[in-house]
Parts: sequence; structure tokens; C-alpha cells
Amino acid sequence: MLDDFFIRALLAGTGLALTTGPLGCFVIWRRMAYFGDTMAHSALLGVALSLLFQMNLTISVFAVAAIVSLALLLLQKRGSLSTDALLGILSHATLATGLVIVSFMTWVRIDLVGFLFGDILAVTPQDVSLVWGGGILVLFAIVYLWRPLIASTVNPELAAAEGLEPERARLAFMLLMALVIAIAMKIVGILLITSLLIIPAATARRFSASPEVMAVLASLLGAIAVAGGLFGSLKFDTPSGPSIVVAALAIFLFSLLPWRRRAEEGAIQADTGGHH
Amino acid sequence: MLQTNPSTSPPPMVSLSAAGVRRKGRWLVRGVDFSIARGEIVTLIGPNGSGKSTTAKMAIGVTRPDEGHVTRIPNLRVGYVPQKLAIDWTMPLTVDRLMTLTQPLRGRDIDAALEATGIRHLARAEVQHLSGGEFQRALLARAIARKPDLLVLDEPVQGVDFAGEIALYDLIKTIRNTTGCGILLISHDLHVVMAETDTVICLNGHVCCRGTPEAVSRSPEYLRLFGARAGQTLAFYSHHHDHTHLPDGRVLHSDGTVTDHCHPDDGHHHEEGLPAGRAGPMRIVHAHGPTCGCGQHGDEKPAANTGPLQERGDA
Repeated sequence: MLDDFFIRALLAGTGLALTTGPLGCFVIWRRMAYFGDTMAHSALLGVALSLLFQMNLTISVFAVAAIVSLALLLLQKRGSLSTDALLGILSHATLATGLVIVSFMTWVRIDLVGFLFGDILAVTPQDVSLVWGGGILVLFAIVYLWRPLIASTVNPELAAAEGLEPERARLAFMLLMALVIAIAMKIVGILLITSLLIIPAATARRFSASPEVMAVLASLLGAIAVAGGLFGSLKFDTPSGPSIVVAALAIFLFSLLPWRRRAEEGAIQADTGGHH
Repeated sequence: MLQTNPSTSPPPMVSLSAAGVRRKGRWLVRGVDFSIARGEIVTLIGPNGSGKSTTAKMAIGVTRPDEGHVTRIPNLRVGYVPQKLAIDWTMPLTVDRLMTLTQPLRGRDIDAALEATGIRHLARAEVQHLSGGEFQRALLARAIARKPDLLVLDEPVQGVDFAGEIALYDLIKTIRNTTGCGILLISHDLHVVMAETDTVICLNGHVCCRGTPEAVSRSPEYLRLFGARAGQTLAFYSHHHDHTHLPDGRVLHSDGTVTDHCHPDDGHHHEEGLPAGRAGPMRIVHAHGPTCGCGQHGDEKPAANTGPLQERGDA
């Protein structure tokens, strides 16, 4: 019953969700949702440049996303504009520049919708191995950098004082984000990548007692959303990328239902040593 | 170079010499000299924006000095309680998990630190649910659990009531006595400091003055107000500066002159006691005498104040 392309889509999607879980937690904790969006939007400039110079797509998307994040760091240090204004400029400037460059290249046929919203049902076996290879690399890096990343998220100066090099952790985090965006682009598309980072992590928050639990839970919830979205897409013949996001949203809304309240009160009671 | 260390004192773990930090064309603090040795407690005091936190960050290497030098012994283990620490609501973090934020620890070290700070019953509580005082204790517990060589506490008693403040200072004293670590303490109070403090350094963009605190227990007025227990824990550092920093960065001296910068020998008129405008229950008139031990008499100015003199003749 399940076609080969569907298995591939499922493998690629769940593999991606495993990496976006922990990264998405950091995006939420560090309040970088808009930053993630900006890096994702810059991916279209990467696509355009890869077509223009006939470079590898994944590498050029990664490079552009990484350069944009470094540019933001430099502009922030100059301190003349607020971060959200800078992000607004970079985000839409890179997206628009990418679109303009693509429109100049009349000799290439490009599936713009596929880049913007993803085409997970068209993933090749190479794509699947890229997702899993890159994903495992990202997960290993996160595990290796976990303590400095968490400590510098709580307080960079505290991390620095106690010898954890927060700047290095921050740089590594940005490169990992760029890598995941380069991998995720084909699957959920440029405009929807951030949702796969944020929605599962936000859902996991309410059920987690520690950062570690939240990261693992976000991965699992993301994988469930991918599977649910893909089955829905197959059943109702809806576009796959948006279907995955809608599935993630459905899980998030489900987690908000009133039955949570009792469990939450229980948790608070346990927190305060059962004085209530 | 400015402090004359007797040969008996232990070598410093951290020393700053003529260190300063400049941001956006303005000196946050400059010309800071001091050192901290094992078992020593140094307290930084000064008004808001006087460079206390910046100085502490320079000492532990979070901020690099833009002039002067900061030297630390290699592999110095620091325990740091920052002045402001807001943990985002989105991060689930219990007190237990907070303890191992920067390094893994043994369970009994965690328990001992929580026990010492009196928050063992809160081990499973989320940090966002703690009150201000409980959170300060949790941060202190975290800093001491890693058994640091140097404990840096930036206003550790903020949000803690008076009884809690005494208890925390007692605890800090106990930590120093049992572990022998050095302590750099930043006090939010300009005049009342921990009694065990070895050196008080008053900052206002530069080192305004330094000295040893004077036991509160000598003052009957203070003892009447706060009791003998407080008297053993707190001390006051009475000082009066002979210059004021104007909003535009210039300096108004007590003789009425206005200069662009402070001068190395801008000092204090200790003989005058506390500033007249000082209000509140802490008002204590202190007359210096040969035995008061504050080490800040006009006739025995520390070596630092005999440095290069400026042209201006002080009154």
C-alpha cells in the first residue's frame, strides 16, 4: 500500500524532525524565532546563487545562511539599529534578492513553489541519506556542546566566568541552524522551516521538567507531526509541507486542552513540596 | 604595585593593576588596583553605575580590560553569582538542574550546597517559581557547589530581607572559613558591609577610597537597632568623599573647583564622619581615633595616594 516515495518522504521527514527538536528548543529559549525565519528566508538567495554559479544547492544554501547570521552578529555589535529591525532588513532583502536573481535566469526552469513550501514527496534516496547523515552530525554536535549551550542560554556571562566559552557555543549554534535549514529546505520549504523548529518545542514545554526532556520530546512530537502530516497529505491530497505544519499545530492545540490543567497543578504541587 | 604586601600574605589569585574598561568612548571604570588572595574577602561598594560589576567581570575574565592588566593564576576555578539573571519561562529548569549548569556534580555536593543555603526542600521546584530571596540562595548554592577558588557575588543579598541578609553573610563567612576560598563581594549598600571583609573598595568610575570596615558591634546605636547577632555579621565603612561626579562627567570638588577628571589623590575626609545628608536607621556618627582600625586617617594616607600629584592644590 505504501509506495516507495512515501517511505522515503517519511524517512526524510522524521529524520529532520529529530534534529529540529533540540535546535527548536534553543530557538525558543533564546528568543530567536525571527532570527530562524531570517536565516530560512536567506535560503532562497542561496538557491539563486547555486543556480547562477552552478554550485551544490545544499552547500550554497548553508553558506548563505551562515554568512547572513555572521553579518547579523557584526551589525549587532555596531549597535546602530535594533536587532528586530536588522532582522527585518536581512530577512526580506535576501528573499527578494533571491527572487530577483532567479527571475533574471530565464534559461533555468525552477520550481519556486517547491522551494518556498517544500516538496517532500519528491525526495530522492540521496536526499534521505543527506538528511540522516547531516542530522546525525547535528545531533552529535548538540550533545557535545550541550552544557555550554544551555549555560550560555541561561546567562552568557556566567558561562564565561566558569570557563564555558559562550561565544564559541553561539557560533556553533548558528552554523548548526544554517545546516539544518539547508537540509530542511526541500522537505518543508523556506517559508515553513521555522514552524518545524518552534511548534514541536513549544508543545513540549508544557510536558517537560528539564531542558533535556524538552529537547527529546520536541524531537518525538516533530516526528509525529511529520508522519501525521504526510498521511493526511496522502489521504486528502493536500500539499505535504503545509500538511506537516498543520499536523504540528493540531498537536500543539491538543496539548492546550483543559485536561492538561490538572496535571500542571499536580506538577506545581510537587514543586513546592506538597504544601498545598 | 600600589599595595605594599607584607611578605607573609599569600600570593594573590587575581590581581588588577591600573585596569579600566571603555565602552562607546566613555570609561566605565579605570585605574583599578587590587588583588584577592585565598581566604580573603574584598567588598566593592559604590553608587549605581560606578563600575562595580564591570570591575568584577574584569577580575574573572568575562570583560577584557581596555587598559592596564588583570592577571589570574592558571586554572582558577570561579563561582559566579551575576547581578541580574533572568531565566526565560520557556526553559524548564529545576533548582536541582540549575546546580549542574556549568559542570556535573556529585549528588552529595549538591545536597550539601542546598542544605547550607537552606533551600534543600526546593530542590525539585522550578526556578521560575522561586521568590527573589529563594532564587538568590539557589544561585549561591550553585556557585558554592562547584567548590570554587574564588567566589564572585554580585549583590548576593538583593531581594533578601534583613534577617536573610544576616544569614547569607553568615553563610558566606562559613564558606570562606571552611573552604578557604577568596571572595569578591559587591554590596548594594554604600555603608554597611560584611564584617569579615578584609578590604573595602569604594568605586565611582575609579577607586575613590579603600580601607578596612569597622565593627558594627562597637556602635551601641546600631546594636540597639539590629541586635548583637547583626553586629557580629555586619560592619560599616564610613567614608565621605571630597568630590562629586556631575551628570556631564565632570567632577565637583569640595573646594568648589570643577575638573574634567578625578585625580589620583582625590580622597575622603574621614575626620568629618558620615555625610550630613545620610538618612535612615543606619546613621551613625563615627569619630576616628588611633584605635578605630579603619586605616583611613588623613595623616596615614595609603601609598596609593602619594602617587603622581596633580597641579590643583586641594583644600
